[in-house]
Amino acid sequence: MSDIISLTLVDLVKNIKDKKISSEETTKAFIDRGEKSRNLNTYITEDFSNALLKAKAFDQKPNFNLKLPGIPMAVKDLFCTNGVKTTAGSKILNNFIPPYESTVTQNIWNEGAILLGKLNCDEFAMGSSNETSFFGNVQSPIDKDLVPGGSSGGSASALAANITPITIGTDTGGSIRQPASFTGTVGLKPTYGSCSRYGIVAFASSLDQAGPMSKNVKDCALLQEIISTYDDKDSTSIDFKRNAYSKELTNNIKGKKIGIPNEYRVDGMPKEIEDLWSKGIEYAKDCGAKIVEISLPHTNYALPTYYIVAPAEASSNLARYDGVKYGFRSKGENLIDMYEKTRSEGFGEEVQRRIMIGTYVLSSGYYDAYYLKAQKVRKLIKNDFDEAYKKVDAIITPSTPSAAFKIGEKTNDPVSMYLNDIFTVPVNLAGLPAISIPAGVDAKGYPLGLQIIGKAFDEQNILNIAYAMEEKIEFKNKITDWWIK
Amino acid sequence: MTIDLKTIKHISKLSRISIDDEKAKKLAGDMNSIFDFIEKLNELNTDNVEPLTSVAETTLKLRADEVKSKDIRDQILKNSPEENKDFFVVPRVVE
Repeated sequence: MSDIISLTLVDLVKNIKDKKISSEETTKAFIDRGEKSRNLNTYITEDFSNALLKAKAFDQKPNFNLKLPGIPMAVKDLFCTNGVKTTAGSKILNNFIPPYESTVTQNIWNEGAILLGKLNCDEFAMGSSNETSFFGNVQSPIDKDLVPGGSSGGSASALAANITPITIGTDTGGSIRQPASFTGTVGLKPTYGSCSRYGIVAFASSLDQAGPMSKNVKDCALLQEIISTYDDKDSTSIDFKRNAYSKELTNNIKGKKIGIPNEYRVDGMPKEIEDLWSKGIEYAKDCGAKIVEISLPHTNYALPTYYIVAPAEASSNLARYDGVKYGFRSKGENLIDMYEKTRSEGFGEEVQRRIMIGTYVLSSGYYDAYYLKAQKVRKLIKNDFDEAYKKVDAIITPSTPSAAFKIGEKTNDPVSMYLNDIFTVPVNLAGLPAISIPAGVDAKGYPLGLQIIGKAFDEQNILNIAYAMEEKIEFKNKITDWWIK
Repeated sequence: MTIDLKTIKHISKLSRISIDDEKAKKLAGDMNSIFDFIEKLNELNTDNVEPLTSVAETTLKLRADEVKSKDIRDQILKNSPEENKDFFVVPRVVE
């Protein structure tokens, strides 16, 4: 079978269960694709020889009752993998080998999947273009010198380029949904507390969530069903009744009330984004949904709030990188000098900038003016959603304010880079689930995504809406393999 | 509001990140434009708003205080930047 790499996850699983293909054949196909695609720079660490051994072992003693029987996959390099280098895209962790496994990846291996390797990402997941990685930027398979988005840029690129059949990312302010939107793929940010944060390199703990990235909604539902479990190793993991998302998936969304927030019509929004949104609303209507105008009055305050809360938490989380117990260490004249040089040489520019912002907003005399203020505005943003959800079942918005941009286009202007996350950040602040699905292209043919935001713990509902709309949209990603010589 | 070089140097000390003057200047520029953007929050009156500290409205579960990972000292020490089989090593702190 020559087209193994272009199969969806659900089809791969079926083919393996029907014994039409073996795990070894499948794993070899994705390894071969990965080796041919090295100039996209999606991998930080390849674990190909181990993957092949595991695939052979699976074929010798196959267990077809598992949900991911012998399926190879690569994951974002923010998930700790036992015995396999985990860098978070940073020099400061470039030699770190975790002695333990993250809960989310453990859940995946328990269902029979096989690790292919670790995928590139923005340093400590801080970025919207994958340009802050110590291991270099990632190319988008959509076009040469185009960013794949970030921070899960390596994941999005590898998925769209058929280097991995499915993958996982993390989303603190849009890091799954924005790259999914830029690469014509599907990305789900689950409800805060749905997927365990144990073993994920921390960025902003009150916002971070892991989630699936896939070629279609069905694959996404299947992976979400596997990774979302209650975990007593994460004190913010929530013990709620989780659906069998893939089994319960339905395209019947008749009568669902879908909100359209007026405040997302931001100044200077490109016409193609506005058109995409209108088209999305029509698709939802075609599926039998009812459209309701709603108001989320504090939308404009979400980004400034995020740029206080996230750096504050990051400055605290990243205090642990001091060159003492693991990671990179620089020589210093004394202990303090060693700390300061280690952190100055070990962290990249964007990470240093965010640590500095966070330290400043938490410092004596500024805490009330910034951090406390931001927490109060965060409450207002959450209240907006609570109000809206009295009237509607879900909300549809564009995923991003534009299509993907060129590498280097926004690196000198942090604020313009931050504006990328204008539609995704409010969701993290309110702890809600949201999915981005490909819905069209811009004038250059670059993919554009629509975001469906749900009530807390209502992943099934937004997956259903996404599934129904996907059928109407019939999006086809155009990948020309331009990077293969 | 403007963040001056003296403040940048102070924050860099608190952050334990050494920076030279050139880097401090660039950071001051970046941080001022970011804080101009953040100042927007002052438009809102939040006097009677409760701060939101967590979106996960759960009470912490209690668990027995048991050791679950045993005998992993060597594995942990393997990641240590300065080699020593028994301890983490740092520059001399006591004269």
